[in-house]
Amino acid sequence: MTETFYEVMRRQGITRRSFLKYCSLTAAALGLGPSFAPKIAHAMETKPRIPVLWLHGMECTCCSESFIRSAHPLAKDVILSMVSLDYDDTLMAAAGHQAEAIITETIEKYDGNYILAVEGNPSYNQEGMSCIIAGKPFHEQLTHVAKHCKIIISWGSCASYGCVQAASPNPTGATPVHKVIHDKPIIKVPGCPPIAEVMTAVIAYMVTFERLPELDRQGRPKMFYSQRIHDKCYRRPHFDAGQFVESWDDEAARKGYCLYKVGCKGPTTYNACSTIRWNEGTSFPIQAGHGCIGCSEDGFWDKGSWYARLTDIKQFGIESNADKVGGTAAAVVGAATAAHMAATAINRASKKENSV
Amino acid sequence: MSQSKMHSEPAVYVYEAPVRIWHWINALAITVLCVTGYFIGVPLPTMPGEANDHFLMGYIRFAHFASGYILAVGFLFRLYWVFAGNHHARQLFLPPFFTREFWKGVLHELRWYAFIEKEPHKYVGHNPLAVMAMHIVMVWGLLFMIITGFALYGEGIGMGSWQYEWFSGWVIELFGQSQDVHTWHRLCTWLVICFVIMHVYLAIREDIVSRQSMISTMISGWRMFRDDSKAKDDADHGGSIMTTFVGSLMSSFRSGRSRTKADDIR
Ligand code: HEM
Ligand code: SF4
Repeated sequence: MTETFYEVMRRQGITRRSFLKYCSLTAAALGLGPSFAPKIAHAMETKPRIPVLWLHGMECTCCSESFIRSAHPLAKDVILSMVSLDYDDTLMAAAGHQAEAIITETIEKYDGNYILAVEGNPSYNQEGMSCIIAGKPFHEQLTHVAKHCKIIISWGSCASYGCVQAASPNPTGATPVHKVIHDKPIIKVPGCPPIAEVMTAVIAYMVTFERLPELDRQGRPKMFYSQRIHDKCYRRPHFDAGQFVESWDDEAARKGYCLYKVGCKGPTTYNACSTIRWNEGTSFPIQAGHGCIGCSEDGFWDKGSWYARLTDIKQFGIESNADKVGGTAAAVVGAATAAHMAATAINRASKKENSV
Repeated sequence: MSQSKMHSEPAVYVYEAPVRIWHWINALAITVLCVTGYFIGVPLPTMPGEANDHFLMGYIRFAHFASGYILAVGFLFRLYWVFAGNHHARQLFLPPFFTREFWKGVLHELRWYAFIEKEPHKYVGHNPLAVMAMHIVMVWGLLFMIITGFALYGEGIGMGSWQYEWFSGWVIELFGQSQDVHTWHRLCTWLVICFVIMHVYLAIREDIVSRQSMISTMISGWRMFRDDSKAKDDADHGGSIMTTFVGSLMSSFRSGRSRTKADDIR
């Protein structure tokens, strides 16, 4: 019988008092009311730990880097107490055959009962040669492990949407997880990387309630992705007032005005950066004076400059945006109209002359 | 033949009051939407001073959303009027795209605008080319703008609002993300602007050179004609080929109002 979360925590030398504090903190991080803290405590005391297999495809490990910096709850608590992270090739001590054996073992022991967390995505071009794990293309490992799992977490924009390796022209054939696995529930936690607290809270929610949190239509947890950066941005009053940074290092930039005109993608980006912020709530891009680049949105690499408000429309050429295409069309129509007007006038004048 | 017959300018009641009111409210709403929409994407120069001294972007967006609502409600009402109104009210929404006659009419109008045809056809309602352009831009174009507009609006109001549930969810999913919805909402704005340029120009032009009134019709509802020949699209107006011929012959003797050369030759 696997130990419960509580047993593991006590064995780690955590007092009951800190355990309860931890439960309240987790409830708060999940955006749940205080009444949920005892429920979390109860779940931890009674439920066996859920094993997690954390696979890495084509990625940059920024998701892992973010994850281990989680402050509320501490990643240590999540890994050691809440889930048993059985396989994560960047974090675990085992390597080589020993490491791969863990996957086989977990699948045998917990068939249909473990969480599969995917960081990065599989490659399908060149027979998957761009990403080889243990001598085989990553997509083989992914589909194998996915077949026996309970649910899948797509960490970051790579697993969720494809991210930079899937950007046009996508030479490696990078494919997001939901386009490969169709028969398992998938929760997307996009971002490049996702916010640490969001990652740990998603796991905490799933082990506590043994189900997925409420998801939006794209499969993202609503509790963190239901609002745009723009909706909770502290520079929003400057947006509403019409006070914008016009160019980098101008007076408005020094005053901390809204970054809309220099390409901030906050109005079209769903994430929790403007509320939870980063690195224990220290800051986030806009607070540091740089516009949001929309890293948690599908295809954010392919939308043209991060510093332009109007984004490129690839169908009309690399450098076109709505105003260039539409403005040209309107100018052509306007010129044609003027020419037609002149022709009509001349036509009528000549007819009048003839008829006299 | 009596003198009065020769000078007759038959008038037909075409646009009922609801259609006319819709037309002008729509025109105003679209103008406001295009101007404010432009400045939403490419805002005016920065306002100096404290943020709480100003609400410029807020007012621009408010004007946009308010006229957006007016446009949408007007559109719904106009849809209702397709069924409640007279047969001219149906023309814009249910064009006879599947008849040869219609496409022959489109071709004729193109030739007329290219100065190839000497004589314009006469229509009680819209001419076929106008019907086609209006149907594409004012029915499907506006529908697209309303759907994408409310999708963007629902994002601000938030999940759980009817705007979000009815529009934002599926529209954003369809486009992939909100950014592309903005881009296409803006691109289609330019289509609307192109239409407005042509529509205003041609309405004024036809009023002057063609055989029927245009602008006053959208104000009074009555279509006036320069001659009493048979209109292409009117079964109960005019008469036999003979009377049509006679009618146009008569009209060629009219004086005063502007005429085409073709009128005079006939
Ligand atoms: C003829 C109809 C319309 C035109 C020409 C028009 C035009 C525009 C334009 C040019 C933009 C800026 C797009 C960008 O650069 O991101 C915009 C944004 C927007 N429009 Fe419209 N629009 C129309 C109808 C509507 C309707 C019916 C609604 C619904 C209420 C609506 C709601 C919005 C919203 C919410 C935004 C985004 C505002 C923001 O990002 O702050 N629009 N519109
Ligand atoms: S800085 Fe970006 S997110 Fe913040 S108010 Fe301006 S546009 Fe919106």
